Amino acid sequence: MDHISPVLWQFLVKWMTNFPLFPPEASKIAPQMDALYFFIALVSLIGLVIVILLVTTFCILYRKGRHPVAVQIEGSTLLEATWTIIPLGLFLVMFVWGALIYFRVYTPPANAMNIYVVGKQWMWKAEHPGGQHEINSLHIPIGKPIQLTLISQDVFHSFSIPAFRVKREAIPGRYTSVWFEATMPGTYHLFCTQYCGTNHSQMIGDIVVLTPDDYKKWLAGSTSGMSLAQNGERLFASLSCNACHNAKPDARGPSLANVYGSKLALSSGGTVLADDAYLRESILNPSQHITQGYAPIMPTYQGQVSEEGVIALVEYIKNLNSNYRIDQTLNTTDLLPEGEGKAAPVPAAVAAPKAAPQGMVKP
Amino acid sequence: MSDTIVSLPDQSTARIPKVNFITKENGLLSWLLTGDHKRIAVLYLISLSFFFFIGGALAGLIRLELLTPQTDLMATDTYNKVFTMHGVIMIFFFLVPSVPATLGNFLIPLMIGAKDLALPKINLLSWYLYIAGGLLAIYTMATGGVDTGWTFTTPLSTHYVNTNVLTTGLAVFIAGFSSIFTGLNFIVTIHKMRCPGMTWFRMPLFVWAHYAASILMVLGTPVVAIAIVLVALERTIGIGVFDPTKGGDPILFQHLFWFYSHPAVYIMILPGMGVISETISTFSRKRVFGYTAVAFSSVAIAVFGFFVWAHHMFIMGISNYSVLVFSLLTMLVAVPSAIKIFNWTFTLYKGSITFETPMLYTFGFMGLFTIGGLTGIFLGTSGTDIHLTETYFIVAHFHFVMVGGMLMAFLAGIHFWWPKMTGRMYPEKISQLAAVVTFIGFNFTFFPQFILGTLGMPRRYASYPPEFQVLNVFSTAGATILGVGYLLPVLYLTWSLKYGEIAGNNPWQATGLEWQTQSPPLTENFLETPIMDHEAYDYEWLENQKEKEVASVG
Repeated sequence: MDHISPVLWQFLVKWMTNFPLFPPEASKIAPQMDALYFFIALVSLIGLVIVILLVTTFCILYRKGRHPVAVQIEGSTLLEATWTIIPLGLFLVMFVWGALIYFRVYTPPANAMNIYVVGKQWMWKAEHPGGQHEINSLHIPIGKPIQLTLISQDVFHSFSIPAFRVKREAIPGRYTSVWFEATMPGTYHLFCTQYCGTNHSQMIGDIVVLTPDDYKKWLAGSTSGMSLAQNGERLFASLSCNACHNAKPDARGPSLANVYGSKLALSSGGTVLADDAYLRESILNPSQHITQGYAPIMPTYQGQVSEEGVIALVEYIKNLNSNYRIDQTLNTTDLLPEGEGKAAPVPAAVAAPKAAPQGMVKP
Repeated sequence: MSDTIVSLPDQSTARIPKVNFITKENGLLSWLLTGDHKRIAVLYLISLSFFFFIGGALAGLIRLELLTPQTDLMATDTYNKVFTMHGVIMIFFFLVPSVPATLGNFLIPLMIGAKDLALPKINLLSWYLYIAGGLLAIYTMATGGVDTGWTFTTPLSTHYVNTNVLTTGLAVFIAGFSSIFTGLNFIVTIHKMRCPGMTWFRMPLFVWAHYAASILMVLGTPVVAIAIVLVALERTIGIGVFDPTKGGDPILFQHLFWFYSHPAVYIMILPGMGVISETISTFSRKRVFGYTAVAFSSVAIAVFGFFVWAHHMFIMGISNYSVLVFSLLTMLVAVPSAIKIFNWTFTLYKGSITFETPMLYTFGFMGLFTIGGLTGIFLGTSGTDIHLTETYFIVAHFHFVMVGGMLMAFLAGIHFWWPKMTGRMYPEKISQLAAVVTFIGFNFTFFPQFILGTLGMPRRYASYPPEFQVLNVFSTAGATILGVGYLLPVLYLTWSLKYGEIAGNNPWQATGLEWQTQSPPLTENFLETPIMDHEAYDYEWLENQKEKEVASVG
């Protein structure tokens, strides 16, 4: 290769021999999914080799020069049954194995740490329970199951972490969830994989997996001084939710203490499990979800609270196990100076967390 | 002449028959107002090739942009429009009508011994609808394009883009009716117009495959038409069916869309499978192994094909239990395809095989379709689908099925029936070369994309992380080879129209009724109504016929 510049040659060799062929396995589910991947790959390879071998052999043995007159054969029920039943059996094995993994990926364990993720054109916003916010990155510790609760503010997005082998669609108007447990510290790709418009290919970020110690440092260094639930509490007060949901004997709304995870009787008949999705719906669309015994007087908060704000409220209500705090904050909004707690848009709130609760939509 | 079955008439005395469907009438109007299924097929062939090369040029732009990790050839917006139009044109204006509208149109009446399709004017109307839709699509491209992706996913398409969604939707809507009419025409023709003796189980498998595909066209296409109308209403007057703030459900659109678009995959592939059954039988001189199994597997694919649409939505938040059901049904629909591959393979067994161009394309189809089908199993398995869906793995998978499978079958069919359609042979050596170049170029282009997808590279990205570049360069290089492979047939087939050897009635010594009449056929197809007195693919009957002819001439 003396006619090619050595520098260029070196570059080409390095370039051509140094690219990945398989993604890193950085989560607990990754090796399990890869085992299935390689099983299907192996079966496929065997199937393909069988077809190629048969075709090649027949082409050599029965080419016209060697085998001038074809022998007419009608078919063979035995052979037909063989190549119906064997593939079917193999496909069913893959189906069962795949379903087991699918259910594992989308069934979070009870002790998982929940992080909310909001997708919007064209960024990912993560809300940690400790009040940390991130854009286009997600810091998580190894060895701890993490559940993501995803929602989109506009169009469909999809939160994909190839190194973890997990992916979940972020859907407008609905929570979805996925979980994983990282096993290897490092920085991995985060992609939006559902086409979402102009800058779809820039809706990417980093998943930063830290050791527990580094994670603690990161948490301490990135806090906004207020947890997500505390932020929700301020929002609860400033939206005057506590005017009705205060557990007083004459309260116009039901008590919210310990409501999360309970079964509620609705005035329309039937019961419903009060989960994240239910809490979100009854903030944005309350007349559809009236608890038995109460009048449908709650106004809708659609358009008044951003998805981040709803998340803070949901997180607050989830952690509410007594009405003591509500009593404490009752009517404190009257004491706030005029305008505060209403006007601040979200980014300003990030910069100055004391100014106003996050998540209110600018009127 | 032991390595070929081609038997041409003596070139010094042979002439193209003076009266045939091409020479019967002259002038542009006689073509534009024709009711002859053969002429309409030729119109389709010309217009389809036009759209194919537009779609192909767009594909070239996509691959060129992806040569480097940055967005340097075009802005992301432009890139989004380019891949959207590539998808729209290739799927709705090339793949869906490709084999049915050209080969199916030309051959179904000939194969079942009929004079024409049952509804010739509706057939012509189909072509006009197709052209109207196609021109509208080109117009939208010229006036700003559309950037929703060919899937028109809501609420992106209804609320968040201000490109030509309505006109593109209208183009697809119109083309959909063309497809419905074609399907309807085929169903009626196959039921009502078979010649005496042509029972269902004497029909060529090509006709069976088209029958199955026609059912899908007639039942599936109206659903996508409804989905498009709903998108249009949502965009214009905001009816809110897909809008969660008005109590609608954005996922509903995907259910409607895939209820058509998954069967559409079978609309595309089934006719291709029909072609393969014909070529593989002819070039191994044998009846297709397990004729009834192949015929019924077409119908099974058509039926199961309607019940697997939600496998496009495994990660979309549909319930885990419906994922179970749809994953299982997907596994079931994979079985008939496997059956077909093995039946074709065993058709070769104890045959007398020759390797003319259509057969080379057929082998290409079998290899690439097998890979395409097997990688579909990775995606039908719900667990691995989580990792692989929405990545280049999907892109590679459906290109193996659609381009590696369907386009190979289309080219096999075009070469196989070219002598029947034009009366002249294509040049053999260069077309064999084209088949090999296409196969190599195809694998170079799309195989690296399986690895890219496994690495996690998302589809529809104008830029990507630098470590994916080497594989993308392979893919782009392969696309260049593939482009050459597709240009060659255009050149030599056009050349052959004037300079090709005279083919005679039956250059391949094939058994179908279409080969028992002159090439190109008369407008009425047959001098007298043929009588089918033998099974399909009966090579002994053909031998007897030849002997009789020799005896009567001698």
